[in-house]
Amino acid sequence: MLRFVLTRLSLVIPTFIGITFLAFVLIRLVPGDPIETLAGERGIDPVRHEALRKEYGFDRPVLVQYAIYIGRLLHGDFGRSIITHEPVLREFKALFPATIELGVSAILLALAIGLPAGMLAAVKRNSILDHGVMGVSLTGYSMPIFWWGLLLILLCSVQLGLTPVSGRIGVLYFIEPVTGFLLIDTLLSDEKGAFVSAVQHLILPTIVLGTVPLAVIARMTRSAMLEVLGEDYIRTARAKGLPPSRVIGLHALRNALIPVVTVIGLQVSVLFTGAILTETIFSWPGVGKWLIEAINRRDYPVLQGGALLIGLVVMGINLLVDVLYGTINPRIRHAQ
Amino acid sequence: MKHSALVGTICLATLLVSGVAQAKTLVFCSEGSPENFYPAVNTTGTSFDANSQIYSRIVDFERGTTKVVPGLAERWDISSDGTVYTFYLRKGVKWHSNANFKPTRDMNADDIIFAIERQWKEDHPYFAVTSKNHSYFNDMGMPKLLKSVEKVDDSTIKVTLNTPEAPFLSNLAMEYAGIQSKEYADAMLKAGTPEKVDQEPIGTGPFMLVQYQKDAIIRYRAFPDYYAGKAKIDDLVFAITPDNAVRWAKLQRGECHVMPYPNPADIEAMKKHPDINVLEQPGLNIGYLAYNTTKKPFDDKRVRRALNMAMNKKAIIDAVYLSTGIAAKNPIPPSMWSYNDDVKDDPYDPEAAKKLLAEAGYPNGFETDLWAMPVQRPYNPNARRIAELMQADLAKVGVKAEIKSFEWGEYRKRAQAGEHMTAQLGWTGDNGDPDNFLHTLLGCASAQSASGSNIAKFCHKPFDDLVTQAKRVTGQDERTKLYRDAQVIFKEEAPWYTIAHAVQLKPMRKEVVDFKLSPFGRHTFYGVDLK
Repeated sequence: MLRFVLTRLSLVIPTFIGITFLAFVLIRLVPGDPIETLAGERGIDPVRHEALRKEYGFDRPVLVQYAIYIGRLLHGDFGRSIITHEPVLREFKALFPATIELGVSAILLALAIGLPAGMLAAVKRNSILDHGVMGVSLTGYSMPIFWWGLLLILLCSVQLGLTPVSGRIGVLYFIEPVTGFLLIDTLLSDEKGAFVSAVQHLILPTIVLGTVPLAVIARMTRSAMLEVLGEDYIRTARAKGLPPSRVIGLHALRNALIPVVTVIGLQVSVLFTGAILTETIFSWPGVGKWLIEAINRRDYPVLQGGALLIGLVVMGINLLVDVLYGTINPRIRHAQ
Repeated sequence: MKHSALVGTICLATLLVSGVAQAKTLVFCSEGSPENFYPAVNTTGTSFDANSQIYSRIVDFERGTTKVVPGLAERWDISSDGTVYTFYLRKGVKWHSNANFKPTRDMNADDIIFAIERQWKEDHPYFAVTSKNHSYFNDMGMPKLLKSVEKVDDSTIKVTLNTPEAPFLSNLAMEYAGIQSKEYADAMLKAGTPEKVDQEPIGTGPFMLVQYQKDAIIRYRAFPDYYAGKAKIDDLVFAITPDNAVRWAKLQRGECHVMPYPNPADIEAMKKHPDINVLEQPGLNIGYLAYNTTKKPFDDKRVRRALNMAMNKKAIIDAVYLSTGIAAKNPIPPSMWSYNDDVKDDPYDPEAAKKLLAEAGYPNGFETDLWAMPVQRPYNPNARRIAELMQADLAKVGVKAEIKSFEWGEYRKRAQAGEHMTAQLGWTGDNGDPDNFLHTLLGCASAQSASGSNIAKFCHKPFDDLVTQAKRVTGQDERTKLYRDAQVIFKEEAPWYTIAHAVQLKPMRKEVVDFKLSPFGRHTFYGVDLK
């Protein structure tokens, strides 16, 4: 296992180079100069424009800029936002917990509903329940996040008054960030009602962000379960007189989980993509919203640093998934 | 749990809405996060809104108007030649304090000089802190204009200009000229943390910054020692809400009291809502189609006037601006002093347009480009759609227009370089002075600069003489006459097709009292109350 983990960690270096290079080059292929974008209608005096380009290093060849950037990265310097002038790493650290909190909530919701729904659909194959689950999951998968979010706000918040509209917590609560995870920080604070408010604000964005992973997990679980339920050892288990719950819950599910765990790992990167839109609709102060604004304003350091940091997180999660594989499937563990 | 959560939510909303029994908290659904808390390097209205609550300026704009009134300076003298301004500062103006710093003195001349020199002198220790890009200080021409800034005594400063500049006071009322504490700056420099001056700001303004969480919330508390008296509200919250549909949902729910930039499609519903008022006012802006007067056939004013008559302005405004635009006939908006309402707009008359084109030597029309911005702007909600409508109208008089667009920064750069034949653009006023429109957008100096905002490259001596003269003269009556005459020439020469002035619409809850619409689109909450 240790050798397996070390082998995977050695892939970090080429991946790091790939992410940084791609992020660096792709951003610069997008038309628009950050200095020009800052200027708006006003325009900018050519002398000042050139001075600012020099200050930010944009006057140098792209490869030279890249080399300088990598050199600074290796010293932990991710650069400063062109817009806010804050260090990119500091902004990322401040915003990332919000994205994590939302992402974890979304994946937990997806698992809590998707897994049992997929299992039930497989067990009751071709029943109304099966068709219903698959129909709903297809609908969920197809719905644009933005539309779904606005629909839920109009229905649940405005019409029915069941949930707040947006934000992470009611504005009357003044919670000093300790961990950055509001659910934890509200429990640590002595403000009454703050935790409840934080949970209420999490409901709609979790549903919106969790919908697509839920649909994928449900469908994947169903497919995997159907395959496993057709295996000989399941027939043997049934023939031995094991209760259905044990056959399905222990023997079938564990093997069906292998492809599902892969999908969950892949959904993490999908979650980051979905988070961009979800955070914008629900005014959720995470890295997705941060990156959208950076794209609009050509904030190169934020885009480069954000892409790299998120890439590293996704790599870490996929490594965890691969390790989990070994836990679930002894054959893989022995191979590792 | 669900029931109690629902009750809790309703109670919170009620508390917000009623503002009774607790501190009065007004919530503004801001559209974005500020760049930072140093207004001199800010370029967006979002940032100016966040900073205008904290800082004061030497002079201010009277709430809801473009009239310059005393700020930190209680009065001033201007020399007869218009080059020397002596400001007499208020005494006893207190500074905010924060966790980093407790002030030991009141505001004085040192702070004013610090604020100006920080943006002006490249060798100033704070010049490069946060950013060297003091955008508005440069754009208003201050480096060339200022000759010296001297302290006469603790309450008096003397500013000497190289040339007279009538809009100078208006320039000092702009947000970039917010005054920071020199004492705080010195303390932070000594502590090795100069950037804190711009990240954890203190000012002399009506509200103190209490908390800022990027993309989430800005919290202010009313400054009890504000020189003009404590604000009527106790706490001010900017709930950062980027999407306008979500802002509208929050407004309906009572989760915020005021929202900016509504979706035009929601305006009718907002006006009908029993709990919502919608304030409206023509903005200090203009959207236009500029003709490049240095390129054929637009060097002929008959062609320009013909095209002005060929396009149906009402149809454009009805289709694109909906209820959020009023037809423009002059290059300055009607809310601006010296607006010449006697000027008659070009009528929509395609037949007359064809006749004029024939007279100019184009009986069968001609081909042209028609540039459209790729982004929504405050003065133009959908340039692409407007271009399509214009294209259809122009086709009826034989003019074949090819719509072009570029990435926004690229668009503006190329338009300023004069690469177009016709291009849409616009302007939002900075300081409420007609000079900011007429000289900046239509003067010869701007036409001759590669980065000037005169994209029509319009350089017409009689017009230029008037607007240049108006810069030198300080009397408003005399300036008004000059600008009125300039608008007559503008109509005659037609370097632009003036499209519309976007109307500023501000929906707010009915319990908000005495909010005044700023001609600059700013959101300041001093003087606002909640009933």
